[in-house]
Amino acid sequence: MTTRTPPADPCATCPAYAHLERMGIKMDTFDRVVALAGNPNTGKSTLFNTLTGLKQHTGNWPGKTVTRAEGGYQFNGVRYKLVDLPGTYSLLSTSQDEEVARDFLLFGQPDCTIVVTDATALERNLNLVLQVLEITDKVVVAVNLMDEARRKGIEVDARALSRDLGVPAVPISARNGEGIMSLLSTVADVIEGRIATNPCRVEGTPAFQKAIRELTPLIEHLVPGIPNARWLAIRLLEGDARVQQAIRSGELADIVRRQRSPEEQLSSTMAIVGRQ
Amino acid sequence: MATPEDVLARAEALRNSLPSGFRDEVVQSLYAEAERIARRAVKTAADRKYDLDQRIDRLVTAPVSGLLIMLLLLTVVIWTTVSGANVFSEMLATVLFGFGDWARALFVSWGVPWWITGFIWDGVYLCLAWVVSVMFPPMAIFFPAFTLLEDLGYLPRVAFNLDWLFRKAGAHGKQSLTMMMGFGCNAAGVVATRVIDSPREQLIAILTNNFVPCNGRFPTLIMLATIFVAAGFSGVTASFIAAGAVVGVVLIGVAFTFFMSWLLSRTVLRGEASAFTLELPPYRRPNVLRILYTSLIDRTIFVLWRAMLTAAPAGAVIWLLANIPFGNTSLAIAIAGWLDGFGRIFGLDGVILLAYIIAIPANEIVVPTMMMMYTGASMMVEGPGSSEAIRALLVEQHGWSLLTAVNLMLFSLLHNPCGTTILTIYKETRSYKWAAMSVMITLGTAFLVTFITASLARLISHLI
Repeated sequence: MTTRTPPADPCATCPAYAHLERMGIKMDTFDRVVALAGNPNTGKSTLFNTLTGLKQHTGNWPGKTVTRAEGGYQFNGVRYKLVDLPGTYSLLSTSQDEEVARDFLLFGQPDCTIVVTDATALERNLNLVLQVLEITDKVVVAVNLMDEARRKGIEVDARALSRDLGVPAVPISARNGEGIMSLLSTVADVIEGRIATNPCRVEGTPAFQKAIRELTPLIEHLVPGIPNARWLAIRLLEGDARVQQAIRSGELADIVRRQRSPEEQLSSTMAIVGRQ
Repeated sequence: MATPEDVLARAEALRNSLPSGFRDEVVQSLYAEAERIARRAVKTAADRKYDLDQRIDRLVTAPVSGLLIMLLLLTVVIWTTVSGANVFSEMLATVLFGFGDWARALFVSWGVPWWITGFIWDGVYLCLAWVVSVMFPPMAIFFPAFTLLEDLGYLPRVAFNLDWLFRKAGAHGKQSLTMMMGFGCNAAGVVATRVIDSPREQLIAILTNNFVPCNGRFPTLIMLATIFVAAGFSGVTASFIAAGAVVGVVLIGVAFTFFMSWLLSRTVLRGEASAFTLELPPYRRPNVLRILYTSLIDRTIFVLWRAMLTAAPAGAVIWLLANIPFGNTSLAIAIAGWLDGFGRIFGLDGVILLAYIIAIPANEIVVPTMMMMYTGASMMVEGPGSSEAIRALLVEQHGWSLLTAVNLMLFSLLHNPCGTTILTIYKETRSYKWAAMSVMITLGTAFLVTFITASLARLISHLI
């Protein structure tokens, strides 16, 4: 007979049992960093306010959040810093708000990224989800505005979505607080590795893949400790002038350093380089 | 050890080895993948043929009805603000000025030196009382109305309606969003220009944002429209005339936004308007409590507090200027006297110009500054609460005419951005040149336009 350690209290991991404490901007110490990304006007700021208890201004128009806002929440005893990124349709363009979002995902190394999507316009929103999945695999997709979708007669099968994307998808309605606990416990599970993700990556042609495989280690060698070298390799292959300049001037290492420090608000250097 | 140049050269070589347009393929397959996943996960009920949102949009974004609805909403918002603010302002003024008089009398009876009493109650407090009574009521009505439209999802429709005009002006369609943020606060409007991708069009949006009157300037417009333009009418008619005048001024501001954008995009900021995608979000039922919270706490109180922070020192400065003797008069009267000749060219006067100089930190305090200097100069210590009293003071004792009022409204609309906005422009552009440009463009326009109207008025009165 083997003695088994008793299993952890099953209730402790049940969303219904979970405990959320809003911490506003009191985040002198935090254990985890969670980024909020998503298309414009999908309710990111509403979710941000729901979680942090802050009153970040929300409005029904795209492009309202132009810098990143930060707040905190405590969930089941773990303190999370939540970073609300500007809403973007893609991570490929060059406007400042998209750069803020992209630089943080690339170099800020959040422990998990919640991509907020609009259940009533899922297809368009998934473009961004797939682009985020190119950068990081610690992702939870929040399918927001479920109440609105129901009113419009739209049904979203979150399970099918999770399976196809390779990361968990959680239906929520940030305005009514629906699904929030489940979202947070999923985020915690992804961070702690209790949920393994296997993100769907759009690979491209074999020649492209080969070029990426050759270039990625060169970048890693050049800037030791850089996250997302693969993504930078893709950008270099595309001839992204901004990434080229960042590599040439050696400021990439600076950016990596600065994005990690909590005081840094905007990766302004990157933004200016993009403008020249 | 590979140098950056080695890595870049290798990347270049690899890129050339790939077929052209390879990334397009990747992007395309990404889109195809998104479509495939969405199709599997989403089920739409088949019988949703008609969609209320779409039907509303057809009306709200149609070429003719769209513009009409926009104009109507603007008029309704401004009319509500004008007619509601009027009553409320007079009540507040009575209470606040009454308290000031009482406190002043108390100080006098205590035997406090005159300069302490004067500095506190005729300087700092009086300016604060003016700012609160002039600014608070319009903001408390305008901001909730604006936030309501924002929450409903109407703002992107305005952007949609105005897009073709902005494109014709060589500017970005999203400039209408930043323009509308400018109605709240120009500094906020300047920050909002970050949503514009192209640096050229962003600069145009920044440089022209000040042509829409912010909440600090609305009270000036409302007060002048009520006291002068609508004088001679009574009751509801008066409030409609006043609202009409304010709407007219706003439309002139919008027209200048287009004109200046057009001019800039054909001179210093040459280029073509770029295309963009604008999503029309669904209409959402506004959350009344949140609107009240956002508009009253975040916006009204925030802006009012900021105005009070500038008003208190401004009140002190005005009192000092009015009480530091200069020759056989005061410094304020002397400076106003020097500026007077210059002001008359533009149909204004020296006090108005001095008020604008003192109010550079925040436009909110223009009217209070002006009124304090006028009342100080005529030794009229008790606060003139009613609009008749203000009108009588300005017309009879200081020679104001309808032209003065109209030109002051135009000047208030077109003149330089407030200190906060100039600083924001510098922060956004990181260039002294563009910050200076924003001042020169607006101030130049303001002087030019008021010069033209003043000259026309003089010409007409000459002919008659």
